[in-house]
Amino acid sequence: MTAVLFDNVSRYFGAVRAVDRVNLEIAEGEFFAMLGPSGSGKTTCLRLMAGFEQPTGGHIEIFGETAEGVPPYRRSVNTVFQDYALFPHLSILDNVAYGLMVKGVGREERRRAAEDALAMVKLPGYGTRRPGQLSGGQRQRVALARALVNKPKVLLLDEPLGALDLKLREQMQEELKTLQKSLGITFVFVTHDQGEALSMADRIAVFNEGRIQQLGSPEEVYNRPQTRFVADFVGSSNVLSEDLCRRLGLKASFASLRPEAVAIAPPSDGALSLSGTVASQSFLGATNRIVIDVEGARIAVASPAARGVPAVGSPVTISFAAHDLHPMEDA
Amino acid sequence: MTIVAESIILPQRRSTSGRLSDFFWRHPHVLLAIFLAPPLLWLGIVYLGSLFALLLQSFFSIDDFSGLINYEFTLATYRQLLSESNLDIIIRTVSMAALVTLVSALIAFPIAYYAARYARGKWKALFYLAVMLPLWSSYLVKIYAWKLILAKEGILTWFFAKLNLLWLIDAWLSLPVVGGNSLSVSYTGTFIVFVYVWMPFMILPIQAALERVPANLIEASSDLGGTPAQTFRHVLFPLALPGIVAGSIFTFSLTLGDYIIPQIVGSSRLFIGQAVYAQQGTAGNIPLAAAFTVVPIVIMGAYLWMAKRMGAFDAL
Repeated sequence: MTAVLFDNVSRYFGAVRAVDRVNLEIAEGEFFAMLGPSGSGKTTCLRLMAGFEQPTGGHIEIFGETAEGVPPYRRSVNTVFQDYALFPHLSILDNVAYGLMVKGVGREERRRAAEDALAMVKLPGYGTRRPGQLSGGQRQRVALARALVNKPKVLLLDEPLGALDLKLREQMQEELKTLQKSLGITFVFVTHDQGEALSMADRIAVFNEGRIQQLGSPEEVYNRPQTRFVADFVGSSNVLSEDLCRRLGLKASFASLRPEAVAIAPPSDGALSLSGTVASQSFLGATNRIVIDVEGARIAVASPAARGVPAVGSPVTISFAAHDLHPMEDA
Repeated sequence: MTIVAESIILPQRRSTSGRLSDFFWRHPHVLLAIFLAPPLLWLGIVYLGSLFALLLQSFFSIDDFSGLINYEFTLATYRQLLSESNLDIIIRTVSMAALVTLVSALIAFPIAYYAARYARGKWKALFYLAVMLPLWSSYLVKIYAWKLILAKEGILTWFFAKLNLLWLIDAWLSLPVVGGNSLSVSYTGTFIVFVYVWMPFMILPIQAALERVPANLIEASSDLGGTPAQTFRHVLFPLALPGIVAGSIFTFSLTLGDYIIPQIVGSSRLFIGQAVYAQQGTAGNIPLAAAFTVVPIVIMGAYLWMAKRMGAFDAL
């Protein structure tokens, strides 16, 4: 079943088209990521799902029911806010139980449900504290528990890991994914971090300037970007110009080439090759990033760190398989 | 000439202010002490001292024959304070102050809410101007203006007469307690002027409190299923409560102590302020005047204690 459906949805703020004729369909139980730079319209899309914004045009359905004109408090959709938005005057338990309280669930029952939810996010026994006494990571978990205790049909997450440090973020990514699989709830996740989107989502919609640039599985979006923007934004692919494409015998006006698909070596059978000089190189841990200047065009190569690094300025030949070169639309 | 940095550490400026700057940088507490000493001395000696002297006065009594103050500890003055006629004054004043506070809060909240949530740029400036403007003109002028507005021949009566609604004012004036010969000599008139004059003191603290409530808390409540009424009750109101309490301290204590408004607009019955004025002036009964002033202090103390127990300051 379709959890969320956007049919030609637009949201304008004055002359600014925050969301511009977006179509998407999110399946029930899916982990869906909306990826894009700030101002790309991904958060506005999330707010349209939550009901904080109303579309200027188009049609939104949530589980088959029309969502336009339905206020947030009548939607079985809950949000984990970017800065958590915990109620500062309530205890952690009362924060988590808030949704049940306003729905008229009895005191004892909602206390039990809230404690279960806190245990689920690994914060048992934190109920009596105040939000101000918790660390960022803990507040993030409370916000998650507060949303999940309502058993929403769709959980919306607005850059929920943005304020956490790297270690904690990786841990929470893992936990969120496990949680989503075990609960089977549809997760819609907004992020500007492509790594996060690739590692967590079942499908990704890449946003730019209020529009979806590409929608597909992480592998598709990463390996076969359809537009220059996607190639550039998701994992910084090389974008080969029309000139280079023609020289390589390709008819497309642009093509993408992932840095890790390129080797600094003479071509083996059937492989394509280009020659140039080393422009710069930097150590990234597992790999070296080496930028090759091919007649003015710059092509980045991710070369395993174990392999040696050619000196800057030295002439090299790079090679790659023809099927790693993906033609793109000009956008 | 080229400027060459001889050393990475710049030399101390040779002036007194340069030396002072370095000294204060090394001893920030000294600077703090210099800034805080005058107000603390003022608060500690002049203010608290006179408050204590006032309290002391209320435990003396006046000799009814000579009119001289008898400097012996006694509770006689407080007994006098609780006599029927004086208790009447206290009850009248406290009821008026409570009502003025309640109605001010009801009127102020939507205005403050608009200013905090929706007004931007020039509209916000206009809001501040509109709220503060009445404070620029003399308090007496405003009260006399109200006396004219509320008088029997005043503009309000004229306006109601034009609308053929004069019976409404007459019906109201025929009510017991709140009524009277005209609005300007009734408790209703006193009440209206109190609410008008103290309104800015209620609006501004509530506005400041609402300003500090992040918009996403309102969204979060709504997202979790809270209707607008529930969001108001469980989120907005508790978070605005410190502001409402601050505003009510102003309106409540200002009403408790005022002696000019009820004298110009209202019935001839006394309020605490007028009683204090009369006792310390014409009657020369300083102990009773002091005892009267203790009443608002005790009431405000009890009010703050209750507000704290109700959690009004938890969100601070």
